[in-house]
Amino acid sequence: MLTANELKDYIMHGLPCDHVEVLGDDGQHFEALIVSPQFTGKNMVQQHQLVYLALGDRMRSEIHALAMRTFTPDAWAQSAIK
Amino acid sequence: MNVQEKIRNQVTENTIVLYMKGTPQSPQCGFSGATVQLLNSCGVQNFTAVDVLADPEIRDGIKTYSNWPTVPQLYVKGELVGGADIVRDMHQQGDLQKLLDSARG
Repeated sequence: MLTANELKDYIMHGLPCDHVEVLGDDGQHFEALIVSPQFTGKNMVQQHQLVYLALGDRMRSEIHALAMRTFTPDAWAQSAIK
Repeated sequence: MNVQEKIRNQVTENTIVLYMKGTPQSPQCGFSGATVQLLNSCGVQNFTAVDVLADPEIRDGIKTYSNWPTVPQLYVKGELVGGADIVRDMHQQGDLQKLLDSARG
């Protein structure tokens, strides 16, 4: 069964990230918070597409649902979520 | 015509296209139904709805077309706007209405 930690590793291997948090313990549904300089200048769809690209076929085979919140480093620095 | 060309034609020949599970009258998924409601609440009744459950090729092909693995997917003027959560966020911020107005204008 896919764990949140494994998914975190997949994301970090496929996409340079400053910060990644992944939650979810049923092996299929996950929530991720991702901060990456690659997101700069991109809209939300393009940011999510980068994460899906990093996960590749795993997104279609292993992961049923991934809810994402994505931040550029600047947006993250100003965010109150931390 | 392969399925990717078919999807390209659908999203470029129609201004507003929603790939969804079920139909606007009878959605088969809560996220698809919610997205239809958001379009309706922006005054958009006439949009092109594609039921992915009725066409396995489209259901599979739409995931790779925009590198986006989930349904619903909303397209305006050929561009992927987002899935259910992005469309909801845009609606809350008023951006969905602006986008739809400019697309229809």
